[in-house]
Amino acid sequence: MTPVLDLRNITKQFPGVLANDHINLTLEEGEIHALLGENGAGKSTLMNILYGLYSPDEGEIYIRGQRTQITGPTDAIRQGVGMVHQHFMLIPVLTVAENVMLGEETTKGLVLDRKQVASRIRELSQRHGLEVDPDAKIENLSVGVRQRVEIIKVLYRSANILILDEPTAVLTPQEADDLFGILRSLRDQGVSVIFISHKLREVLDLADRVTVIRRGRVVGEAKTEGASQAMLAELMVGRQVDLTVEKKPAHAAETVLSFENLKVLDNRLQLAVNGASLDVRAGEILGIAGVQGNGQTELVEALMGLRTVQNGTVHIAGQDVTNASPRTITECDVSHIPEDRQEDGLVLPFPVHDNLIINTYYRSPFSKGVIVNQQAIVDQADGLIQEFDIRTPSAAVPVSNLSGGNQQKVIVARELNRPIKLLVANQPTRGLDVGSIEFIHKQLVQKRDNGAAVLLVSAELDEIMGLADRIAVIFKGQFTAIVDADDVSKEQVGLMMAGNSLEEALANAPRPTTKERAIVT
Amino acid sequence: MAATTAPIASIGSYAARRERRKAIAYGVFFLLVALAIFFFFVRNSAPGMESTFKLNPTTKEKVIQLGDLVLPTYQTLLVLATVVGLLGLYQIMRGFKRVVLVLGLVALLFVFAFLVWAVRDKSINLLGILTFTVAAATPIAFGAMSGVMCERSGVVNIAIEGMMLTGAMVAVIVASISGNLWLGLAGAVLISGLLGVFLAILAIHFRVDQIIAGTAINIFALGITSFISQRFMQPNPALNSGGVFSKVAIPGLSQIPIIGPVFFNQSPIVYILFLTIIAIHFMLFYTRWGLRTRAVGEHPSAADTLGVNVFKIRYVNVIIGGMIAGVGGAYFTIGSVGRFDEAITAGKGFIGLAAMIFGRWNPFGAYGASLIFGFSDALQARLQVLGKTQVPIPSEWLLILPYLVTMIVLAGVVGKTVAPAADGKPYTKD
Repeated sequence: MTPVLDLRNITKQFPGVLANDHINLTLEEGEIHALLGENGAGKSTLMNILYGLYSPDEGEIYIRGQRTQITGPTDAIRQGVGMVHQHFMLIPVLTVAENVMLGEETTKGLVLDRKQVASRIRELSQRHGLEVDPDAKIENLSVGVRQRVEIIKVLYRSANILILDEPTAVLTPQEADDLFGILRSLRDQGVSVIFISHKLREVLDLADRVTVIRRGRVVGEAKTEGASQAMLAELMVGRQVDLTVEKKPAHAAETVLSFENLKVLDNRLQLAVNGASLDVRAGEILGIAGVQGNGQTELVEALMGLRTVQNGTVHIAGQDVTNASPRTITECDVSHIPEDRQEDGLVLPFPVHDNLIINTYYRSPFSKGVIVNQQAIVDQADGLIQEFDIRTPSAAVPVSNLSGGNQQKVIVARELNRPIKLLVANQPTRGLDVGSIEFIHKQLVQKRDNGAAVLLVSAELDEIMGLADRIAVIFKGQFTAIVDADDVSKEQVGLMMAGNSLEEALANAPRPTTKERAIVT
Repeated sequence: MAATTAPIASIGSYAARRERRKAIAYGVFFLLVALAIFFFFVRNSAPGMESTFKLNPTTKEKVIQLGDLVLPTYQTLLVLATVVGLLGLYQIMRGFKRVVLVLGLVALLFVFAFLVWAVRDKSINLLGILTFTVAAATPIAFGAMSGVMCERSGVVNIAIEGMMLTGAMVAVIVASISGNLWLGLAGAVLISGLLGVFLAILAIHFRVDQIIAGTAINIFALGITSFISQRFMQPNPALNSGGVFSKVAIPGLSQIPIIGPVFFNQSPIVYILFLTIIAIHFMLFYTRWGLRTRAVGEHPSAADTLGVNVFKIRYVNVIIGGMIAGVGGAYFTIGSVGRFDEAITAGKGFIGLAAMIFGRWNPFGAYGASLIFGFSDALQARLQVLGKTQVPIPSEWLLILPYLVTMIVLAGVVGKTVAPAADGKPYTKD
């Protein structure tokens, strides 16, 4: 049988990088095919070529046996190729129907025929279980629903080849499960799906076949039946990867961070943190588990002096730092890995070496009086690039040129290269590939073993279960429970994240069996 | 379970406390307005005075005649001060649901009080003020429509002023030479359209900073029109006498009391404005072109991935925007005074941009805002006519009024408005 899609010898050269090096990929009708690879491996480039956003330097595209030229999205759409981009291509102020019909508008005379579009959307949502209101504005929809709209956009154009670029990166676990259900049902109706991911478990869970790409080349192709995470991880990274976190029992000592009855507002002036109290001790990792949007962001910002504390107190190493300036807090030997590395963690156009000192630039040896010592900055950067294995052509390139994983390593290097008492890490591995996740996890554990208190905030339950010594579950701005990690199972924490109390969770979910080991996904 | 039930009440109370403070601030402001009416107007008038507002056009036309509105000055002002005061008290104690509407009402009452006081023992033709308001609002509204066209597609057009200025000059020159006002209008549209092409090439193709590109066009327009005016038009008055479109009364509509003479006995250019506003509204919100325009102005890469040609949409919009500004420019010369003077547009293009923002990038909203600016223009003209004894404010200060209103509106009343998300950002495919 001819494959639906056949990419042959696709090659794409960007200045300085060979993004795709003679890539071959076949997609059979009615299969879910995963494209697996680390960040920067060339997955998105390949798919953008298929969708006509880039033109390949070399290679051919065959769709249903026919050689085709795809020079723009219009060509791709005409060939039945649809793409759901990693960053949604939706216009927030327009309605679902308007977003769906854009570019393919149905009109009655001059006037847009919104009714007909809405009824087609309803029909599609019913057939594929993609519940959505055609008249709702995108800005009022949750991320999961927005993704449904993206899928409807593709189906509306009668696409039968569906590309999804890292679709689960922005979803809660529940939303991801829903998405998988939808994709399976689409597959059963004959749609062929290409699923780009770097999450091993998802790939094994969902896909029928998987193609692994490393540094622009196909390094393996397999049926997912019988494949293991370890095997895929090794293919993807090119070496054996430690999927479990090695750590010795914690030796918790004195309290380093302590906050009491904290109340913090979010940007819409609603109470996001509502009376949270917690102690974090030296030598332990305290993990805050919770579905995104339950006050984690505001809590961390308040602790770091980035957001006003309305009520309550924060003490670090015995000193009252409630509403202190970020510099004062940094000077208490506190490090912060912010949630959004590009927004809050780095100055993207600045070179790597400047990004490595933006929290300590005013200190010796980087500054003498008002003069900056460029040599000291560059020297320190060269050392840190070695030590933290930051992959960059040089310390002088803008940090925006680095891959996500390496950008995060720049932040980690900056925050962890000095002796600290407290590390606050908010979503430190979000969107990173296996290799970088492994590296950052080791760094966190190492800081703990050196006697620092670590506050880890993560929406990845596996990460919390694997790293934390104690777990605090946050729900609607309050801690539902603060427990020893060994006393609860993953399912029990999951229930509490959904709003159940500790008692309910303990009664309704399996108890922890042996020590649960997290598998990095 | 405490964790889920407790937060709700206190989340409410935090937000509520803030809302309450804001509500009280509004109420206090209303009370201050009431006091102002009392101290400035009531205390400076006496019982027995009368304020007369004429409601009939001065020209002799077939209009249903209305009686003059004669109000006892002192008593009317007292009532107005009391009403505003009561609104303030109610706002403080209970709070209005749609306080912005009440704010508008209070502003209206204050202006009315001011008028009642200014014409104490005199008479003023209210209809004349309103007719002049529509006329003064016209070039502002054309500027605003030009802005709506460009900015909805994501290109900031700060060059409207320069486009109008050039259009104003070309209109009068072409009309003078050809003797045909419509040709003059076409000339203005053409030249401003060309400036639109120029802006589009700079902003879209070369991705020049749009503010700088627009400013360059403004400076260029001011320079070239001043040069041509001094060098050719002043020595040669035949080039600067194109005549003026005469007013056209629309049969039927112009006979409606008040509205008729105000809106439907105007220059043909004013009617072109009405058609333009309706057309832009219809196109923007009901047609394929409008959907694509809004999409491109909000999120060009999303539109691009669906096969919409971002550059084409922006080019078309900016050029049409330029042409609209040209009509507005023509109004300054062949629409009202019939001759060109240096810098005749006097910043009306920028006020048009302010009207666009105040109107939240919507054609009808922008026209409403233009009318407010036009009204302040008309008011200052009439107040000067009334003389120093009636209104003891120096005429220079009165001239500031329209611009003062612009600043107050932009800074205070409008507050946070949301521009199209990609407004002013050049689009690059990557």
